[in-house]
Amino acid sequence: MAEYEFFRLLWWALLGILLIGIAVMDGFDMGVAMLMPFVGRRDVERRIVINTIGPVWEGNQVWLILGGGAIFAAFPPLYGVAFSGFYLAMLLLLCALILRPVGFKFRSKLDGTGWRGTWDTALFIGGLVPSLVFGVAFGNVLQGVPFRFDEMLRMTYTGTLWDLFNPFALLCGLVSVSMLLLHGAAFLACKTEGGPRQRAQQIGTVAGLVMVVLFIVGGFWVKVLPGYVLTGFAGVDAPSNPLGNQVTVQTGALLLNYAAQPAIWAAPAVGVVMALLAVLLLRQGSRPVLAFTTSGLAIAAVIATAGLSLFPFMLPSSLDPASSLTLWDASSSLTTLIVMTIATGLLLPIVLIYTAWVYRVLRGPVTEADIDHDSKTAY
Amino acid sequence: MDVVTLARVQFGMTALYHFLFVPLTLGLSVLLAIMESIYVTTGRTIWRDMVKFWGMLFGINFAMGVATGITMEFQFGTNWAYYAHYVGDIFGAPLAIEGLMAFFLEATFVGLFFFGWNKLSRVQHLIVTCLLALGTNLSALWILIANGWMQYPVGAAFNLATMRMEVTDFTAVVFNPVAQAKFVHTVSAGYVTGAMFVLSISAYYLLRGRNRGLAIRSMTVAASFGLAAALSVVVLGDESGYTAGENQKMKIAAIEAMWETEPAPASFTVIGIPDIATRTTKDAIRVPWVLGLIATRSLHGEVEGIKDLVEQAQQRIKSGQIAYSAMLGLRKTPNDPALAATFKQHVNDLGYALLLKRYTPAVTDATPQQIEAAAWDTVPPVLPLFFSFRLMVALGFYFIALFGVMFVVASARQLEQRRWLLHVCLWSLPLPWIAAEVGWYVAEGGRQPWTIDGVLPTFLSVSSVPATDVMLSLAGFVIFYSVLAVVEIYLMVRTIRHGPEELLLPAARPSLKIAE
Repeated sequence: MAEYEFFRLLWWALLGILLIGIAVMDGFDMGVAMLMPFVGRRDVERRIVINTIGPVWEGNQVWLILGGGAIFAAFPPLYGVAFSGFYLAMLLLLCALILRPVGFKFRSKLDGTGWRGTWDTALFIGGLVPSLVFGVAFGNVLQGVPFRFDEMLRMTYTGTLWDLFNPFALLCGLVSVSMLLLHGAAFLACKTEGGPRQRAQQIGTVAGLVMVVLFIVGGFWVKVLPGYVLTGFAGVDAPSNPLGNQVTVQTGALLLNYAAQPAIWAAPAVGVVMALLAVLLLRQGSRPVLAFTTSGLAIAAVIATAGLSLFPFMLPSSLDPASSLTLWDASSSLTTLIVMTIATGLLLPIVLIYTAWVYRVLRGPVTEADIDHDSKTAY
Repeated sequence: MDVVTLARVQFGMTALYHFLFVPLTLGLSVLLAIMESIYVTTGRTIWRDMVKFWGMLFGINFAMGVATGITMEFQFGTNWAYYAHYVGDIFGAPLAIEGLMAFFLEATFVGLFFFGWNKLSRVQHLIVTCLLALGTNLSALWILIANGWMQYPVGAAFNLATMRMEVTDFTAVVFNPVAQAKFVHTVSAGYVTGAMFVLSISAYYLLRGRNRGLAIRSMTVAASFGLAAALSVVVLGDESGYTAGENQKMKIAAIEAMWETEPAPASFTVIGIPDIATRTTKDAIRVPWVLGLIATRSLHGEVEGIKDLVEQAQQRIKSGQIAYSAMLGLRKTPNDPALAATFKQHVNDLGYALLLKRYTPAVTDATPQQIEAAAWDTVPPVLPLFFSFRLMVALGFYFIALFGVMFVVASARQLEQRRWLLHVCLWSLPLPWIAAEVGWYVAEGGRQPWTIDGVLPTFLSVSSVPATDVMLSLAGFVIFYSVLAVVEIYLMVRTIRHGPEELLLPAARPSLKIAE
């Protein structure tokens, strides 16, 4: 295998791992934020829910920041096309993300119910909108989005915000929301007691079942959706330039990789099985950590399913299929990929070690007594 | 307004807003680590209470820094997509490494800083605080490595096959002298901001005669830390000027409103009125030799004036046109060795030819007038740079004086006796922010008309998006950020007014709860 081909494949996989990192780590705190108004009836219960993620959500969000940075560094054209193409959706996402840090920090600083209620809504939006937008974005990437490059590689995008919210993309958005609700509920089952825990289990069970149904519906739906086939390109180790592609559009092409490599059916299968297992464990209630682990695995498998269906595409173009971005034509130079590999190899294990230590220090449920004790400093 | 202007206004506004929170985070994180070190070594609980109190204010500020920082990262993709494509190969890596090395560290430990007091031993908590400060400072390092490359693009070359800049030497990007100088200058400015914040609020308490123990100790730490930082920011600001003299001659000529090249060593214009129309500086008060010494570190190095630099830009534009037409030729006949040789010889001036795109999209057919106009475009706005720079420098010297005096007064244990000085400290609170904001303008406004100096003009870097979208997002940010600013300031002022008592050990004061 050529060196450049290897590093491109590696970064395609690492990008998948980073996206899974975002969905698993930042995903549970978004799920918790969405659940908070429903599982927390009294103020102190809401504070318990918020404080289960209070000390860790900031670190989790770095997965998102890093995900953005890694796309920028490893696949610059993808970064430019996706962010400027999904312009208003990104703005929506950004506003929701800005609400989170201030929501956590400001909410419990004052006592008024109006004040706290406003920030509760802000935190709920901060959980719901990103979960939905990420899913909708995936739904659009799977279908291709309308952009083209000119010969200077300047990109033009012709879609609108409303085009993004098409039926299939909305389905993907709902898969994402229900999946993160399940994941957040499993987290709350680990970190709370009594009423909030019970309600989280109930909502999580429903959300998990909804997710499985919608995910399977999506699987059948793609059979009739147009997909993309890369019929010719400059080569797996050619300079990154999307202008040399030949791409054809074909109905059901998103399933072609599964026909060619039946082993990858494992991804959607694991997604369904793990989600169902998570639901069972959540209902049964005595193994919440295992429920959280299985819901995390379900998320990983769902994202892997999307990535494997698209391979080798990263962002197909519906307007000008030849402009489609694949991992062979959208990557950074070999030098940058190597530098990024070294940096990730050295630093990510350290990050994982200290993150694990922080979770260990914070282990155990958050209780009413904790909130009373730190009433002024807790979120 | 067109997309370029709107995108620039949006970037400038959100960057200036983000930069209200960043310097304070930088400075306070280190001050917290210092105070907590004193607590751990002496065991006196007042130092722990100080860490908790200043930590509370740190937290409010930190949340805003995080909230506004995400916007910055997103904008490179949303508003500046061609920039992302053209230089992402180099610029993206430091941003990603910042996330891995620095932001993970600070964001993971900031939670434990607030929630770990009862779960960690004293030494463990101190380590957490130090890691938080380390993460914050490393974050600044990688961001400024990325920014330094925009000012002085080393270790990269244009690749015709991919139509973008690509890394040739990543160590050169990391050890970019401009980035290193900017890092030290910027974190020092952050330390000054943190020190002034602590100094001013402590002065407020002393003027009110309350929280004396906390205020006096805080002021002593802030005065000594602030003095060291203020000295460093000015001395190493000079270092910034020195490297700019090597790499960014036009920026320094514009800052000095130096229209003509002077015989070495050049004089420094303390103040004057730059006149853009006649390209002269009126009523100037000059100090002989000083600029030559700062910029070239010698008595015989020449500092070039704007007019000569524009003349050089004109030559580079013409050379860039040759590269551009060779590029077009190579697209048709990729293997022509003569064209390839011509392209290689002139490729370093390709960016200058791109300046012509504003006047003629075809580039190669530019008239002499258009070339001259494009050459004059390389001059950044002289008037605002001239005065911003002078304001920043004046404030820098003022900080040295104020912290110096406060250091002496604190050492003599005379803080409470010098009430007028406490008033001065209180009213000096906004000054570091003013200095930081105008400093940002000098660095980034002085970089214009380029996003990447000499490589990519700003007007070409934008996304192909409708102006209405950018207008909408700009309006959204203005409204959203204004609301957040009001809430933030309200909570800050409230926390300061209530003082440390309310925040500390609430469990030990159950009577308060009933009263509520």
